[in-house]
Amino acid sequence: MSTNTLPAALAEIVDDFQALSEPERLQLLLEFSRGLPELPERLLDHPELLEQVVECQSPLFLTIEQERKDDGAPGYRLFFKAPPEAPTTRGFAGVLHEGLDGLTAAEILAVPDDMPELLGLTRAITPLRMRGMTAMLGRIKRKVTAAERLQS
Amino acid sequence: MSYPVEQNEKFAKYAHPERLVSTEWLAAALEGGALSDGKLVVVESDEDVLLYETGHIPGAVKIDWHTDLNDEVTRDYVDGAGFAALAAAKGISRDSTVVIYGDKSNWWAAYALWVFTLFGHEDVRLLDGGRDKWIAEGRELTTDVPQPAAGDYPVVERNDAPIRAFKEDVLAHLGKPLIDVRSPEEYTGQRTHMPAYPEEGALRGGHIPTAASIPWARAAAEDGSYRTREELEALYLGEAGLQEGDEVVAYCRIGERSSHTWFALKYLLGFQNVRNYDGSWTEWGNAVRVPIVKGAERGSVPASAN
Repeated sequence: MSTNTLPAALAEIVDDFQALSEPERLQLLLEFSRGLPELPERLLDHPELLEQVVECQSPLFLTIEQERKDDGAPGYRLFFKAPPEAPTTRGFAGVLHEGLDGLTAAEILAVPDDMPELLGLTRAITPLRMRGMTAMLGRIKRKVTAAERLQS
Repeated sequence: MSYPVEQNEKFAKYAHPERLVSTEWLAAALEGGALSDGKLVVVESDEDVLLYETGHIPGAVKIDWHTDLNDEVTRDYVDGAGFAALAAAKGISRDSTVVIYGDKSNWWAAYALWVFTLFGHEDVRLLDGGRDKWIAEGRELTTDVPQPAAGDYPVVERNDAPIRAFKEDVLAHLGKPLIDVRSPEEYTGQRTHMPAYPEEGALRGGHIPTAASIPWARAAAEDGSYRTREELEALYLGEAGLQEGDEVVAYCRIGERSSHTWFALKYLLGFQNVRNYDGSWTEWGNAVRVPIVKGAERGSVPASAN
């Protein structure tokens, strides 16, 4: 599979994963789970602003916010909440955050739906969990599409 | 040969108290250097493949249900050679006392224990309350991964028949008690799902005819430990209607949650003949020409089913 429709940051993450052995990939996913930023206070106090991705086996909540820029198309900020006892789910949220946060709608929507498979984790991680990851990406894309529609 | 069995009031009422240890017991055993010679091995087994890496009981090794215990190509468990290699690599010998614990009230730990039992490992116990209770009590965790000396484990052929049921066995069993341990929504077949969200891997929703619905987590107390013997009896003898001497089959979606119930029925209540149907709903709900029942009623066995 090719990574050429991926935004640069996400493509780099995918390359990093692909260069590693399976145990190292899991270790890298763990590092992403540790790197997932905390929610800002305004969202911490308002959990109802986040949506649960029910396909994830562990509770995972996310939302997006449009960010106006002075020039060019607006970018989207991504926010995730997942408990520390769900490191795999957090790890994938961390990948999406680092790979997509701040990008434009066009860039986010161009990410292939099966991008999670590019990480090379399909043997180590159960199909149900992989589907949770795919659902997380799908939810982000749907929310971005909906936000764009409101704009036009 | 095996490690001393814990004596306490709660465990003493169970049919097989030797199958459980408490967090206090394990902490004291670790304190006493029990892990140094391989006679006692502590295993963590979680739903999340990375949870062990975030911190675990000092000295505990990890066994992952998906990557370690499942066969990669056949929907089955590893074979005798695979299990022997796994056990030896984790420092487990055939005569080791193995204590397994994990997340979610030992859901996956019970599954690992069940697989150990398929291979006839004699002394394998659960840490009552599992990972959550250990952490809630503020006990020690570490991210250090032990490098145990290799264990001495023979190649033992798996003996499935006593504790594992296949689809054909369940068809032949219809008319005798079944326990469905999934959520009420899965049992009735009224799964809630939004448009454009995929259903979870089964073509039909519902349950095996006559199965009683006792969601697995009802056997666990708030702290993740097993409920007392009296409480378990109220649940399985009272509510589910099991009687002493019954042959029972438990199932869920893929056989993991039902391992938790299998443990309670077999070792805590002492049912001799309890099998876990690991094909569970992902097989039954998709299989051709097997009967199901929809709704909250247990239903009856169709005349043509067996």
